[in-house]
Amino acid sequence: MTARLLCYILVMAGVTYLVRMLPLMVFRRKIKSRFAQSFLYYVPYAVLGAMTIPAVFYATGHTISAAVGLAAAFVLAFFGRSLIVVALTASGAAFIAELFIV
Amino acid sequence: MSQDKSRGFLGGIKDSIPIALGYLSVSFGFGIMAVSNGLSVFAAVLISMTNLTSAGQVAGLTVIASNGGIIEMAIAQLVINLRYSLMSLSLSQKLDGGFTKLSRLAVSFGITDEIFAVASGKPEEVSKQYMAGLISLPWVGWATGTLIGGAAGEVLPEKLKAALGIAIYGMFVAIFVPAARKALGVLVVVIIAVAASCIMRYVPLFDGISEGFAIIICTILAAAAGALFFPIKTEEGGGGQ
Repeated sequence: MTARLLCYILVMAGVTYLVRMLPLMVFRRKIKSRFAQSFLYYVPYAVLGAMTIPAVFYATGHTISAAVGLAAAFVLAFFGRSLIVVALTASGAAFIAELFIV
Repeated sequence: MSQDKSRGFLGGIKDSIPIALGYLSVSFGFGIMAVSNGLSVFAAVLISMTNLTSAGQVAGLTVIASNGGIIEMAIAQLVINLRYSLMSLSLSQKLDGGFTKLSRLAVSFGITDEIFAVASGKPEEVSKQYMAGLISLPWVGWATGTLIGGAAGEVLPEKLKAALGIAIYGMFVAIFVPAARKALGVLVVVIIAVAASCIMRYVPLFDGISEGFAIIICTILAAAAGALFFPIKTEEGGGGQ
């Protein structure tokens, strides 16, 4: 492992820990600002949306199998299936597409 | 009494089993993704053991793979994981009197979306033993899944590996689609984020912006628009819709 990679990992772990730890140690009161509360509430959905599309179309090496996997995930997620079920079905659908279509 | 048991270490372990199983399968995808981006299995496991967060790790991997800057890495982690601050803040109101400074320091390491959700769902205050149980098993699952995925990534056939690489995106979809279905604000935020992310990727004007920064910009843009046009109700407990 190179020094640069170790440096990346240290920064990742350090920042992630501080973000979790500081509020728990320092603040004892709730955030009052409605804007800040709303912003933080929406952050996870914004991150996940931005990271999923378009990156997912390059995840399998073939756009078609990725699209099939993504479509399967959307349908199951829409009907409220659990994380594991959605994740594994997306993989299964993409695999079948890889076998037959690509 | 069974009530006492459910509030101790074993109670935490028991409540964490579904989370641990989920993490095991999803981090498998992360392991494969990390190895296919040129990282060693050891590095992938080290990342999972020290970070314990899916979105942050995938974004981190993006920065590493594109040889991005260290500052970029720090800002990406800060923005993407900022939501944990809100969870920490909320959880700080829920810890019982048995928590010392040291146990607060330890518990804060393990705050994830799912662990936070389960802990906040408990009707009573949570003990440090309970939190220790609730965090340990998912942590083991997260690290083990990464190890198996990384190792399997080296021997699995190409088609299977490709298909499993999509698992982590499946998990992302499983988080934002049901939320977008329930709340118009979330739907709009996701659409803005996706649109911005596609523009950053395909419009030549933005070629100079690295992938890590692109995620940061999309996130801030979409979440700020959501906060501006669809502010959440701010009753007790914050968060939630």
